Amino acid sequence: MKLRAATLAFCFALLAAGPYAHAQPATPTELPGDDPRFEQRFRELTEELRCVVCQNQSLADSNAPLASDLRREVREQMNRGLDDKQVVEYLVARYGEFVRYRPALNPLTAALWGGPFLLLVLGAAVLLVRLRRRAQQPEAALSAEEHALAQQLLAAGPADKAAGETREGGK
Amino acid sequence: MLRRYWPLAAFIVLLLMLAAGLRLNPRELPSALIDKPAPDFRLTLLDAPDRAMSRDDMAGQVWVLNVWASWCVACRQEHPVLLDLARSGEVNLYGLNYKDERPTAQGWLERHGNPYRASLFDGDGRLGIDLGVYGVPETFVIDRQGRIRYKHVGPLTPEIVRERLLPAVRAL
Repeated sequence: MKLRAATLAFCFALLAAGPYAHAQPATPTELPGDDPRFEQRFRELTEELRCVVCQNQSLADSNAPLASDLRREVREQMNRGLDDKQVVEYLVARYGEFVRYRPALNPLTAALWGGPFLLLVLGAAVLLVRLRRRAQQPEAALSAEEHALAQQLLAAGPADKAAGETREGGK
Repeated sequence: MLRRYWPLAAFIVLLLMLAAGLRLNPRELPSALIDKPAPDFRLTLLDAPDRAMSRDDMAGQVWVLNVWASWCVACRQEHPVLLDLARSGEVNLYGLNYKDERPTAQGWLERHGNPYRASLFDGDGRLGIDLGVYGVPETFVIDRQGRIRYKHVGPLTPEIVRERLLPAVRAL
């Protein structure tokens, strides 16, 4: 019982610590500046950029040393007066399209951007053609044998029908 | 009826694509700098903090730049390969000591041997960023005009040196 209470307390402590852990800068040198607009822009920009070391994290989230260096670099470029597009281009020139979470539309990435829409149109077309074809098909006429069987079933009484069902079920 | 085999064919195509995807190494990024001019730099030498070297000092010769650090485990792994390469005398091998401390880096070279004609000292990793370095070790081949012609990410092996690096150097 004591152990359980301790575990619970520990969990609560972890929960409480969560937000602080996130807010802490990766290195002590990386303190945010005074201008909130600048910080907002910096955050939005680094969230759009991929960390090349830990590839599923953004530059804003990553604790990798390289990500910290790149954040410093982004900050400096912004201070130098470059706009967002120029900063992104600065990084793309060094690390390639890969650093963008939203790659630019060019011949190389056309399949990436257009592919899903192409597949959607293709799928819709196939579905449409199939549905049309099915609608056009006349309902198959019964053969003489099937016709006779149907007549027989219709003519038969409810009791016989039940018997027929059990026979079918026992098959 | 061939039609009934269509789903199977589609499945096999999908399977082949997935198999190809598994063989790709997501860590190996295509370099954005191949055939582009190497970034301009001016850095001091590891052994001589008072002596600097710049890109233009290297103009007119083909050289190989190996990015290394004393904290980098994979660099130890490739070190014998670099020592062999230096001994062969086939390439102008320079080092870029990346985000390191001078005394530690010098001690590391004394312990394991120094394959480099000289090492540039890039303490804050600026040139590393300009070169698009994202994992040490990395190795670049730079031509007479100062353009990057070949890049290898990760430790060099004798096979890679024989089949990729040396042919790239000889072709220039």
